[in-house]
Amino acid sequence: MVAKNCAKTEHKAASNVLSDGPDWTFDLLAQYEQEIDRVARHYGLDIYPNQIEIITAEHMMDAYASIGMPVNYAHWSYGKKFIQSEQNYRRGQMGLAYEIVINSDPCIAYLMEENTMPMQALVMAHACYGHNSFFKNNYLFKAWTDASSIIDYLLFAKNYVAKCEQKYGVTEVENVLDSCHALMNFGVDRYKRPQKISMQIERERQENREQHIQSQVNELWRTLPKSETKSSQPTQRFPSEPQENVLYFIEKNAPLLAPWQRELVRIVRKISQYFYPQKQTQVMNEGWACFWHYHILNHLYDEGKLTDKFMLEFLHSHTNVVAQPAYNHPNYSGLNPYALGFNMFMDIKRICQSPTDEDRAWFPDIAGKDWLETVHFAMQNFKDESFISQFLSPKLMRDFKFFAIEDDEKNAFVSVSAIHDEAGYHKIREKLSAQYNLSNLEPNIQIYEVDSKGDRSLTLSYLPQQSIPLAETQHKVLKHLHHLWGFSVKLEQVDDQGARHLLGAYPEQPKGADAPLSSIVI
Amino acid sequence: MAHFIDRRLNGKGKSTVNRQRFLRRYKEQIKKAVSESINKRSVTDVTSGEKIGISSRDISEPIFHTGKGGARSIVHPGNDQFTAGDKIKRPESGAGQGGDSNASDSGEGQDDFVFQISKDEYLDLLFEDLILPNLEKTQQDKLVQYESYRAGFVSDGVPSNLDVVRSLKGSVARRIALSGGKKAQLKALQAQLAEMLEAKVPDQLALAKLKDDIEQLEKAIARVPFIDTFDLRFRNYQKRPIPSSKAVMFCLMDVSGSMDQATKDKAKRFYILLYLFLTRTYKDVEVVYIHHHTQAKEVDEEEFFYSTETGGTIVSSALVLMKQIVEQRYSQQEWNIYAAQASDGDNWTDDCAKCTELLERSLLPSVRYFAYIEITARQHQKLWHEYEKLSEIHNNFAIKHIVDVDDIYPVFRELFDQSVEKPSGVS
Repeated sequence: MVAKNCAKTEHKAASNVLSDGPDWTFDLLAQYEQEIDRVARHYGLDIYPNQIEIITAEHMMDAYASIGMPVNYAHWSYGKKFIQSEQNYRRGQMGLAYEIVINSDPCIAYLMEENTMPMQALVMAHACYGHNSFFKNNYLFKAWTDASSIIDYLLFAKNYVAKCEQKYGVTEVENVLDSCHALMNFGVDRYKRPQKISMQIERERQENREQHIQSQVNELWRTLPKSETKSSQPTQRFPSEPQENVLYFIEKNAPLLAPWQRELVRIVRKISQYFYPQKQTQVMNEGWACFWHYHILNHLYDEGKLTDKFMLEFLHSHTNVVAQPAYNHPNYSGLNPYALGFNMFMDIKRICQSPTDEDRAWFPDIAGKDWLETVHFAMQNFKDESFISQFLSPKLMRDFKFFAIEDDEKNAFVSVSAIHDEAGYHKIREKLSAQYNLSNLEPNIQIYEVDSKGDRSLTLSYLPQQSIPLAETQHKVLKHLHHLWGFSVKLEQVDDQGARHLLGAYPEQPKGADAPLSSIVI
Repeated sequence: MAHFIDRRLNGKGKSTVNRQRFLRRYKEQIKKAVSESINKRSVTDVTSGEKIGISSRDISEPIFHTGKGGARSIVHPGNDQFTAGDKIKRPESGAGQGGDSNASDSGEGQDDFVFQISKDEYLDLLFEDLILPNLEKTQQDKLVQYESYRAGFVSDGVPSNLDVVRSLKGSVARRIALSGGKKAQLKALQAQLAEMLEAKVPDQLALAKLKDDIEQLEKAIARVPFIDTFDLRFRNYQKRPIPSSKAVMFCLMDVSGSMDQATKDKAKRFYILLYLFLTRTYKDVEVVYIHHHTQAKEVDEEEFFYSTETGGTIVSSALVLMKQIVEQRYSQQEWNIYAAQASDGDNWTDDCAKCTELLERSLLPSVRYFAYIEITARQHQKLWHEYEKLSEIHNNFAIKHIVDVDDIYPVFRELFDQSVEKPSGVS
């Protein structure tokens, strides 16, 4: 009897442990997914349903080429990216990602077939639970993206672009898309929430919109008798306020664009807007995902479901991902968002669980509170910039040995303005936070004025920060802008005193009122 | 609960359309790289693809971004020696100053964007819009080889071609057709007989008649043969003409004192192009090199391009030799004959008329295409004027004038241009 019992318990223990591969099967994937799901729910992760797809290296490169999306319209630049990543991959200069995850509902995650079983478990915990819950709960994603409709919208975009190519020719469509891509970063509303996008509504509205928009544009063509304008009307600027969303302005106001060209501008703008939150939350998003793959898999190990062999492989990969080389290390290429994010979330947990006096002084609100609640709160309500300025602790600055460098071209040297000491904590935190402020990273360029009474030329203004100049590529971008606008475009720099001086223009020497109408072709 | 999908068997090449868009957009640059690359190849090297380099400045996608200069502050990790207020010499050109994110898209890197195109893509680009001269005519006029192919079944043939399955199918069908009705009748009669036998008092007379009928029927059925000559089916083979897949290319070149190495190199490029071009259509392409001064000689590639000879020039000697070789080794029933002659135009004055006659009488009727290129910066010589007359009459004879290396590819394209109806023409 005893022997029998023994065998039984042993059997039970064996069935409890999940196989550590190294080869995976679909059954095994499902078992792991179930376990991970159970633990994730235990920790209160709120997710979109998962759709997990196994793909090959070739598919992964396809996904790379089309900005990670499963469908996208055809464009040469995606071909260029594909050729590039294919070349790099073939030569062994680049490894491919283990997974790609898409902010959609259901949440689509691509896993590479060549991952081992522990890797698959790691990426499932990371992408399908970490990133997924971030997409669903972070305020930026909630407010600015619509996960349920993005795939539909991309499908609409793909079909619409294909239809335009048939109707108007590949080159024509390509020219418009090129110009839009050049201005893609300026196709984003930073403060106003965009409308939800979905394919059905989009298709229904699209045709109405064509006519409607065209009638709106006529504002620019409306002219009053010259004598009257000059004498009686005080010059009113159009637009009345500077516009930050250049593509939106073009879509609504460019005088010479055909309706289908406006629709293309809109498509590029919408996609740009969709990706905007991802740019703003890189540190948090990756940090959150790492935090949870670490916790979920450790939890499973503590329950005895994972083998030591599994854990060793997992920890090896995990450590590589969250490693931060020092500034003078040959592999150093800036701050690793995975490292910073992961350590910040771990640090929040530490502050909650075992705060020091320093932590109590710096974080009176969260020291000693429930850690799970606190990390969820942090994940939901911040973006990189505010997350860092809110939660970067002195201990972490010491651990990372942060120091701030001031590089002013007026001096022949660079100087160290702050290091990880009592005097520098606040400065470093402020500077690091600013480093993740997108509006500091992208040049501040706005639509300033349209000469609606004269040659209809478009003027943009550049407001430099800390007298950082604009790169030379602006001339080419102006050419693209000119292609969309149809009349001459100017870019002016505004200095500290508010004085404006010309940075560039296209065509180079703006002509008088008779700008050629045929100038739409590049 | 997650939903798993196995996408591994999904079609590859989702990016093919984008890749083609890319090739299409940079066709000009790629074509330029392709036509430059042929200068580096040997005449018969057609198996490899080609590495294409495009200046990365040409394919950059410009965006607004900040440039160098101004004041920046950057936070780095791993402080090991600094304290606040330290002044450090500015590192050279930002080396070691990672974190500055705009290095890659500034377009300042002069590195070429290099990628591989396949052999087919390479040749497609190289010979885009070109057609093989007189290809259509070849298929109509010179049906030189035959291949057998299966063409259904016939009722007559040699025993070795007998198709057993088909024949037996015929047999079954015939037997059913000839005996089916009788068998049904037989069945009915047998049923009747059985019924009759069961009766208490059988009608002997009717019984005998019935038995007799049954016997008759059985005999009739047995008379239908199991297999008949009518059933036999034979596999049918027919012959169809296929255009010959063999071609021979004659390279004729003047190696007299007036031809220097530079001129020969120009000629070589032309031959490379012609060779590549022919290998696109023909499976086997042989090359015959004939050089000449006052006498013609068949030589190998090395000697053809790099031997130095001196002396006068008699062009007709090469044509005579070519004619002999064609007669001896390359019957026009089997071979598609192409010839390209390169010369600086010098010729013995009396010889020109002879050349014209040789070409018109014996060579032009048997060759697919004869191209003459004159590589000289001087005025046209007598040979050119003679050939000019000839090219107006014969459309498989073309002459072109080349001055510089750069002319070769355009001239080649012009010679084989699809849009030109008559490949001959005057430059």
